[in-house]
Amino acid sequence: MTGVPTTAGAAARGGTVSAASLAVAAADQVIADLAAGHRAVVVDSPPGAGKSALVVRAARALAGAGEPVMLVAQTNGQVDDLVDRLASAALVRSGSAGLAGAAGAVAGPIGRLCGQDYVPSARVRRHAGVTVSTEIGDLADCVVVVGTAAKWATVRAGAWSCAWAVVDEAYQMRSDLLLRIAGQFDRALLVGDPGQLDPFATVDIDRWAGLTWDPMQSAVEVLLRHNPDVVVRRLPVSWRLPPSAVPVVAEAFYPFGGFAAGSGPGDRRLAFSSSSLWRDEPVDAALSLAVQTGWALYELPARHTVRTDSEAVQACAALAARLLQRGCVAYSEAHPGGMPAGADRIAIGTAHRDQARAIRNALGPALAAVTVDTANRLQGREFDVTIVLHPLSGRVDATAFHLEAGRLCVLASRHRHACIVVARAGIPELLDAYPSTEPVHLNVPAKFPDGWEANQAVMAHLTGHRVSAR
Amino acid sequence: MSTLTALARAQARMADVAQRVATVRHVHIGTRPMVLVPLALAGEANAPLAALVGDDPATPRLFVVSQPRNRDERFAFAAELASVIVPYVEGFAATTEQVPAERGETRARSLDAPQLVLPNRAGIAFTRLLGRSTRFRRPDGDHPVDPAVPVLGRWLSFLTERAEHPGSCLMLAATEALSLHWASGQSELEDLNLATLLAWIDPPPGVGGAAAAAVGEDPLASPPAGPVTDPGFDNDVLAPLIDAFARTTEAARSESGASAELGHAAVRRARSALERALTGQLLPTWQLVWRALELLRELPAGDHVARRWEADRDAFTGYAAYLRDGGLPQPRRDGAVAAARRLNWLERAQASFAAQRAFDDPLVMAEYRMTGEAFAGQVVAADPGRVSEGAKRRVLRPWITVATADPVLVMPGTVVTSPARRGQKAQVISVTAAVAPGPVHPVMLEAGNGASGPALVALELSGGMGRGLVAPPGSVPEPGERVCYSTLTADYLPIAEFPPPEQTPWTHGGPPAPYEPDDEDAAEDWS
Amino acid sequence: MTDTEARLDQIRGAMPPRPHNARTIAALTANPGCVRRAILDAAGVDKPRLAAASGFPAPFGQSRFAIARGNAFEALVKADGCAELLRLLRDKLGLPIPEASYADLEDVAGSTSLPVRHARTRQLVTRTAGSGADAGTLFDHPLLTLEVGGRLAYLEPDLIAFRLRDRFHVVEIKSFAAIDGQADPDKVAAAAIQSAVYVLAMRELLARSGRDPDLVADEVVLVCPKDFANRPVGALLDVRKQLTVLQRQLSRLALIADLVELYPPGISLDLAMDETGVPRRAASELAAALEIFPARYSPECLASCEMCRFCRHEARATTAALGRAVREELGGVEYVDTALRLADGEAKPGGGQHDAAALLRTAARLRAESLAAAG
Ligand code: SF4
Repeated sequence: MTGVPTTAGAAARGGTVSAASLAVAAADQVIADLAAGHRAVVVDSPPGAGKSALVVRAARALAGAGEPVMLVAQTNGQVDDLVDRLASAALVRSGSAGLAGAAGAVAGPIGRLCGQDYVPSARVRRHAGVTVSTEIGDLADCVVVVGTAAKWATVRAGAWSCAWAVVDEAYQMRSDLLLRIAGQFDRALLVGDPGQLDPFATVDIDRWAGLTWDPMQSAVEVLLRHNPDVVVRRLPVSWRLPPSAVPVVAEAFYPFGGFAAGSGPGDRRLAFSSSSLWRDEPVDAALSLAVQTGWALYELPARHTVRTDSEAVQACAALAARLLQRGCVAYSEAHPGGMPAGADRIAIGTAHRDQARAIRNALGPALAAVTVDTANRLQGREFDVTIVLHPLSGRVDATAFHLEAGRLCVLASRHRHACIVVARAGIPELLDAYPSTEPVHLNVPAKFPDGWEANQAVMAHLTGHRVSAR
Repeated sequence: MSTLTALARAQARMADVAQRVATVRHVHIGTRPMVLVPLALAGEANAPLAALVGDDPATPRLFVVSQPRNRDERFAFAAELASVIVPYVEGFAATTEQVPAERGETRARSLDAPQLVLPNRAGIAFTRLLGRSTRFRRPDGDHPVDPAVPVLGRWLSFLTERAEHPGSCLMLAATEALSLHWASGQSELEDLNLATLLAWIDPPPGVGGAAAAAVGEDPLASPPAGPVTDPGFDNDVLAPLIDAFARTTEAARSESGASAELGHAAVRRARSALERALTGQLLPTWQLVWRALELLRELPAGDHVARRWEADRDAFTGYAAYLRDGGLPQPRRDGAVAAARRLNWLERAQASFAAQRAFDDPLVMAEYRMTGEAFAGQVVAADPGRVSEGAKRRVLRPWITVATADPVLVMPGTVVTSPARRGQKAQVISVTAAVAPGPVHPVMLEAGNGASGPALVALELSGGMGRGLVAPPGSVPEPGERVCYSTLTADYLPIAEFPPPEQTPWTHGGPPAPYEPDDEDAAEDWS
Repeated sequence: MTDTEARLDQIRGAMPPRPHNARTIAALTANPGCVRRAILDAAGVDKPRLAAASGFPAPFGQSRFAIARGNAFEALVKADGCAELLRLLRDKLGLPIPEASYADLEDVAGSTSLPVRHARTRQLVTRTAGSGADAGTLFDHPLLTLEVGGRLAYLEPDLIAFRLRDRFHVVEIKSFAAIDGQADPDKVAAAAIQSAVYVLAMRELLARSGRDPDLVADEVVLVCPKDFANRPVGALLDVRKQLTVLQRQLSRLALIADLVELYPPGISLDLAMDETGVPRRAASELAAALEIFPARYSPECLASCEMCRFCRHEARATTAALGRAVREELGGVEYVDTALRLADGEAKPGGGQHDAAALLRTAARLRAESLAAAG
């Protein structure tokens, strides 16, 4: 299975100008779809393809049509981000972004629907035009109301209804949650990244296998299975991932629709401000390789370890510490003059929470500004450099959890410049030894990409970027 | 599998006997459980072959299908089974008590409820299909069956659905109930075999667990607990007996007079030979299931067991009433709304079952301490009189500091509770965590890192201290006291609201056609 | 004969190699990390016999009833030129089959020899593949071949249908029931991987004959009894994943030469008898020879490999024998007694065991503390 570049990808190779125009065309298409009488529109977005921008633009366009819009995200953090973007984009003069024939000035307050325990974040508080309330009734005047899916699900039947809902991160939303909110809107735009982690249930039961309304699948899956004629669009350009990452991520995780890099080959560059600090050591070698190629595999000697392998934990921390010691500067199309990649621009990603905790401890208070989190919690986030503790590092056996394509996809697609993977040697052998005995249910569509294959593809790439730790 | 259970398995392997993974019993064992040991014909979807059933270990009832592919015999078997199970189950609905319900009203709850115990999960799966293949039948129409058959089907379907519900005990699999309390010295896969699992838990005197398990694995010494029979038994014993029975029946049919008498005697002999053989396969398992119940009963019950059993009794009372009012059989599959609603129930039940077990049992709580979601230790400092400015007034917010050797994972800001003071919330203020052992990378040493020692957790307490600004004695843990805090809450998660089925949204296929069991359901082949 | 073949022949001894079939090929994916199994399979050793001869007979048997049921169902589906099957393909799967013809390839002009039958299958299949539009055909008892580790295996799919959406579709008939639309997921998985073997063999056949291998659909038709009755019902199974897994394992078999090289020459697992009917090699000798090839035992073997009881016995002191998850949770420590000694603090952690020791000590402390707390 190879990542077939879409026409978008192929055309975009010419440079960033055509990438930009492709992206604009794709977004325009989606906005046009909204006016075309479809019941639903699904937009698949690869990592960093401007999903939130599209969500905001769509919300503005729909609000411009004069109906209140219901905007749904999955976490309070995501909701606050959207509120911030919407409010910053000021709901006036939607102009060319408006729905065809419905363009015009819209001005109106934005509603932030929230739960009892919610404390408004600074990025919400700074907007005067945002009304925060736990009650939908307080937000009746708002042109756009934003809330988490879980909160929307508690809105009393009949208390709210609208023509359009825009759902962000729809691949991370479970079908049963969509069922609970779907009565509040007639039409829906669902936007999400199909490559990331699937939603999960805390009970392990196959009672609903094969049913088109299986409550454990994602909101997008259930919608498509019942409405096969729904238009599915794809965003063709990743603005986040550098050209070095796009082919790898596209091939491994988006086998049926590639995408292009929004930046050109020379646009993204990392450099160290204090080059005198360089030492002839594996950590520095790995950093250099990552700076040059966008990737590095920092390989520890093969060993079966506990999950919180302290050597791997230390390696992750050391790589981050060293990167900061040497004063990393990131040059990009947005900052041609360079921006320091400080601790807040670096993330360390893990599969398990205890690994993240151990790394945080290893970093100590001095480096507390480095983000350390699990794949689940890094979804939707973006950094300059990421350091990834490979989920299979040190394992004796690969398990379905460790092989899950979405997990590796999240970890390998958070960076704008470079990704350094820390792993014990032996992962290819581990993959080869993996027994493929997954149960198969009738009438359940096979899931792609397959985690095992995605892992093979990523490892095959990383093998060419190996630095072995002494 | 957790590290603690894994360690218990390793210890069991070494000690050559199973080790406890629970200090109290987490399942309810009824005063009058009924045991059902079914056998099925190999290769068929759901062809019953025989069953032992009853509520008295000394007097099991045996039912046998002598021609397993014969439809009439299958329904006769179902009717026989119904004659034992239905009165047993429905008998519990007769005596009820009134318990408080919402809005000051009361409702009926049966004083006790049935408990059907199967040897293993596969037995429950078989029972589920038996329920599925009988619940739609009708006593009238073109394919009439004994009126008790569809009733049996509905009850079995109800009970097997409850068996999916975490913490419910209306239907148990002996292997699962045992595994909740003991770790054997073999693998989880091997634990599915009741004979070997019990061999590890309760080996005969003078025999080690491993040796006893080896006997448990030998189909000649310990026939499989079913419902699948041993292929050797099928080929060498069962097949010839079934053939002989069919032959003698055929022969007897064509005889008359005295030779007919002889023929009938031959049929009776063939039948009793078959029954003897099947009893030989069933009886050992029957005894094992009762032994399992005995062992479980010897454990003291956890605090929440009775509460979960009340929920079971409620569910039972509700379904009995539904059936009395002529309720329809359960549909073949859940509709969109029913599925989502059930998932919500199951997840809620799962969360509260897990939390309740941890509160009831330090060994279960230890699992959470191991993963850092709970920690136990000693209070090293306390400021019981600390008062802080609340939104409206000054409030009592004592601080305590707990020193723990446990690996703490909770982050500042998290709310934790202690099983000893469930009404009191504790918010984590700070965690000075111990550093994991092992070598520190030189780069990190340069960065000045290397602290280690037990973690100190600072907590701010609220609730459970009355209304004043002075905490009543005992309400705030004192220095020296051993405490345990976890992120678990025993409170039920909120019940989610779902649209009624007739308002199933278009995203989920729209409203389904109202469910009416039809004649086709009733006439479905069972061959 | 290559060196490797000679070595494998030597390992197998005087017995003829056991031919592969779809089931054994599918089983290659069950524990691909096991060297012992890889070598036994490559050498064509009769594993059930070897297991018995080394003192640990495989616990697998098949019930007469199950076999009879399987045969009866297949006969029912295929009766009257597959009338029932055609009805199913047309009605239930909406597959347009115009006038279907039916060809039984079981015996070819009175010959049932495998090469003759395969030649016939090949001839008919390639002709159909090239015949354009009007080729609704059901091939019954086709005989395919697949090269497995350098040896040709003959495979007999249940049926191959052509011209379902212009593709060859492998049809797999199984007698496990699909009740309310769902069948036993493990059995479906086994059926899927077996069918994938046939898809692969068909594709190779077409490729060898210069046809487009993609004429074979990567969806296969699974036919099984509906609910509790005998009526067949069909379902499409997407076997793309199974195909990649299989292809990868088959290509790894080609690496067997490197694997065999690692072990001293002269190892023999000969199962032959001498003139008096006594095995030439004693159980203990066989066991000793077997142990030279490293195994990768886990309890899953108990359901998938005939050598399981032997390997389980050999692995009884390991944490893996308690389950792969147990080994993982014990920090990957290989032996039970090492794990316990580390937990008690009795043993000093060796190189790289510090983390595991710390984990185990914490676990032991928590267990002891909690058991003590409960009295
Ligand atoms: S049973 Fe033994 S030979 Fe077979 S796969 Fe398992 S470890 Fe390998």
